[in-house]
Amino acid sequence: MKVKDIVHLLDLTVYSGEQGLDREVTGGYVSDLLSDVMGRADTGQLWVTLQTHKNVMAIASLKDLSAVLLVNKQKPDANTAEQSNEEGIPILGTTMGAFEVTGKLYELIR
Amino acid sequence: MHHEYNIVGGDFTRAGYASSQVKKILRNLDVDTAIIKRTVIAAYEAEVNIVAHAYNGIITLDIDADSIRIVLDDMGPGIEDIEQAMQEGYSTASDKVREMGFGAGMGLSNIKRNADELRINSEVGRGTQVEIVMYR
Ligand SMILES: Nc1ncnc2c1ncn2[C@@H]1O[C@H](COP(=O)(O)OP(=O)(O)OP(=O)(O)O)[C@@H](O)[C@H]1O
Ligand SMILES: [Mg+2]
Repeated sequence: MKVKDIVHLLDLTVYSGEQGLDREVTGGYVSDLLSDVMGRADTGQLWVTLQTHKNVMAIASLKDLSAVLLVNKQKPDANTAEQSNEEGIPILGTTMGAFEVTGKLYELIR
Repeated sequence: MHHEYNIVGGDFTRAGYASSQVKKILRNLDVDTAIIKRTVIAAYEAEVNIVAHAYNGIITLDIDADSIRIVLDDMGPGIEDIEQAMQEGYSTASDKVREMGFGAGMGLSNIKRNADELRINSEVGRGTQVEIVMYR
């Protein structure tokens, strides 16, 4: 499944990194602790978090994640969105909380 | 092949830049993907530790046919008890740093788990040297 398919199915907002919407999503990882994501997330996964600062994109890029999904109406900081555009790794958003959206994601990509 | 990067303590907007350069260089050299993944995790954690815990530092990258060697030398408070610092969950990160999602106390364990060799030398009040070696 591609990032854009998930955007459509779960009615997500695309904040940035549109050119990466064709990336393949191989799974997901949910965490707000950056070292946890660094240590355990894997290539192609979609990262669900409420962190909005630039280091999120540094990690997404270093780990080759497929996209970042911000929960609870969080929006990326300006420099975070900027780096997302440069890297072509989309930042998505939802009004749902992490529990709800992760449940739906799990049904889609497990 | 030798490369050097300067790291400024407290500047989180640039945290990870040196590690992304390391990743690019290894990719261009066609280093095995699994080794790049482990190297990137170790390099990033050690880089962010300078940003989060020290005043400034220098990262050197040396690559030869058999190994990738990354040495991170910082001026900073140093680590009093390295064994304690290595324990997962131990962190002295400030509240501000924790709010950003750093400070889980997992960085050094991540390095340990992914590096083929890890050496840490530290002098309290002066700084810390972290040496990471990966076998190609
Ligand atoms: N370069 C350094 N200079 C001074 N102290 C350090 C340095 N690196 C690590 N430490 C000390 O070791 C502790 C543990 O480091 P570690 O990377 O495991 O966790 P952390 O940086 O606190 O949190 P995390 O890496 O999960 O974001 C730090 O909280 C700090 O006290
Ligand atoms: Mg750390």
